[in-house]
Amino acid sequence: MSLLEIKNLHVNVDGHEILKGIDLTINPGEVHSIMGPNGSGKSTLAQVLARRDAYHVIKGSVSFNGKDLLEMKPEEAACEGVFLAFQYPVEIPGISNAYFLRSALNAQRKFRGEEEMDAMDFLPFFRDKLKLLEMDEKLMNRSLNEGFSGGEKKRNEVLQMSILQPRLAVLDETDSGLDIDALRIVANGVNALRSPERGFLVVTHYQRLLNYIKPDFVHVLVDGRIVRSGGPELALELEDKGYGWIEQEAAAV
Amino acid sequence: MVTTSTQDLGIHLQNFTDFQRRAAGRNVPWLRKLREDAFARFAEVGFPTTRDEDWRFTNITPIVRTQFRLPGTALVQLPPAELKSWNIEGSAARLVFVNGRYAPELSRIAALPKGMAVSSLREQIEGNSDQISKQLGHYADTQRDAFVALNTAFVEDGAYVHVKRGVVAEAPIHLLFVSSSDHTALLTHPRNLVVFEDQSQGTVVEEYVSLGGGMMFSNGVTELVAGDDAHVSHYMIEREHKEAFNVSTLRIQQGRTASVASHSFLLGGGLVRNNVHPVLAGEGGECLINGLFVGSGKQHLDNYMHVEHASPHCASRQFYNGILDDKAHGVFHGRIVVHKDAQKTDAKQTNRNLLLSDDAQIDTKPQLEIYADDVKCTHGATIGQIDENALFYLRSRGMSEAEARRLLLLAFASECVERMRPGAAQIYVEQLIQEHLLPFREHSRHAGVGTGERNVEEVG
Repeated sequence: MSLLEIKNLHVNVDGHEILKGIDLTINPGEVHSIMGPNGSGKSTLAQVLARRDAYHVIKGSVSFNGKDLLEMKPEEAACEGVFLAFQYPVEIPGISNAYFLRSALNAQRKFRGEEEMDAMDFLPFFRDKLKLLEMDEKLMNRSLNEGFSGGEKKRNEVLQMSILQPRLAVLDETDSGLDIDALRIVANGVNALRSPERGFLVVTHYQRLLNYIKPDFVHVLVDGRIVRSGGPELALELEDKGYGWIEQEAAAV
Repeated sequence: MVTTSTQDLGIHLQNFTDFQRRAAGRNVPWLRKLREDAFARFAEVGFPTTRDEDWRFTNITPIVRTQFRLPGTALVQLPPAELKSWNIEGSAARLVFVNGRYAPELSRIAALPKGMAVSSLREQIEGNSDQISKQLGHYADTQRDAFVALNTAFVEDGAYVHVKRGVVAEAPIHLLFVSSSDHTALLTHPRNLVVFEDQSQGTVVEEYVSLGGGMMFSNGVTELVAGDDAHVSHYMIEREHKEAFNVSTLRIQQGRTASVASHSFLLGGGLVRNNVHPVLAGEGGECLINGLFVGSGKQHLDNYMHVEHASPHCASRQFYNGILDDKAHGVFHGRIVVHKDAQKTDAKQTNRNLLLSDDAQIDTKPQLEIYADDVKCTHGATIGQIDENALFYLRSRGMSEAEARRLLLLAFASECVERMRPGAAQIYVEQLIQEHLLPFREHSRHAGVGTGERNVEEVG
């Protein structure tokens, strides 16, 4: 069974149709990349998968692990195994990073009928993951994302992902704004999570990230439609020629 | 201010006449004069109305109209279970007052540090009135506040805390005021005198609770004197039932380089007015005025700050956070007065509010009166709703909407908790807040989807 199956998905945001019929299937173990120019609908697709309610699905279906994803609330989708690494992670003063992470993990463990983890058990659990992402342990006692640099925020997203161990990880421009060192660290974190059971949807504007996270499939999204799909070589072609030619091609169809 | 002609103060006159006949210390001349002058002042001005600038947002008609009676002398039994839950783990002493009167059998004064004295005010009035005559009534202003005048007219019981020079007493002194009304509308006038001599240090927690429902009005006044270089924390916790009336006034007198922190937590009460009035009388003093008010139903929670900078080089910080749901109404009135000679004053005021429903209301008003020319005064207020982006972020990690909401409210409230000195009182308050916010999480949002905050910030 496929992990994610999107069929003819149409989505409105503020009365405008942003996604105009998306078809996409991700099988366990596969890494798919969605590329496209600004405003093509990449982030909308990511947000819909995380079940943001401001995005109205007007047509189509999305099944996740055989279940209707569009029927799920954000927390249900998360507990079923969908994880969105945010393009702009939210700062929440007053909640420590450690407390937040443990609350999230325990919410998911509770959903799965597993025992909740106390603060003592949690510490060794995340320590090696911090090391992997080259994050200072001090960040755990700071308020969630508050005053974090751009790179720290993105690493914190990947840290959450590695702790929550989702079935499907959606990365929404996780590479944007990162310098090459941070990019390498983030990619390492993602690659460490690759496994035959897990699927990835990597949304990116630039091909650069795909040097570090090798996709199995690349899809180009233009104006709410996937206009071309291919292997990793498609990403290189886009890097070389830009989005202009493919936009013209799409407009001509 | 309205005159007494439109108000029937007869019940208070009758109460006062009865009181004067039996009150402790009725034959002590200075005390008798203090009470009579205060009552005369109250009778002269009457209760304030919303035409009074200081009471613009708070209508006290229910208090004015009620025929309150002073509590009788009969003992009120308290269930031990309740008393247990009103306990600060690690406190140095707990003084329990039932309907305004000290209840020694319910109180505990363990081994206090040498140089620290804790007793009921009545005990001082009866046995040692000369000692308290030097401070009692010297600071709280009966001229400009009718409630203070009324309290002073009925001054008799409450707590007396005296900490001698240089004594450091970190474990908090817990003053617990329990109101339990039978059928009558109950009026109490708790009066506390807290004196920290030079270079002493300590914490006092003043807490108001109620047993059962019923009409009750607690009109408390605390005079807190912090000598030179003294470090004092004061906590005011209001968690009476949601129809109770509570007016409290904390008047702080600070000496040279004294540092005082006032923490107010208004969780209960129906009609609540919390006055905090520090006077930074000595050079280099610091005052933190920190507060959280959480209202639901039809609660009305009014915070009136009056920070007086009377000496140079003093700093004051006001931080008040409000969470209002249902039809609750909050008020933050932050008045800062900088006297002519108080150069290099550094005063800051911040009021942040979360409105959880369309019908919740907040009135926030800064009032700066600056008579010195070299000062820094800033004030700012924000009014917003729960941040939808933050809510979605937490839910996208697997937390239920209710849990995410609870976490965001806790985060908002925790700013106030973090400003407290770590210790027994902080732990107690943090626990109270967590319990108090639990029911708020179930509230589905009906305020419009809004992530916007209105900001009002000025630098003067």
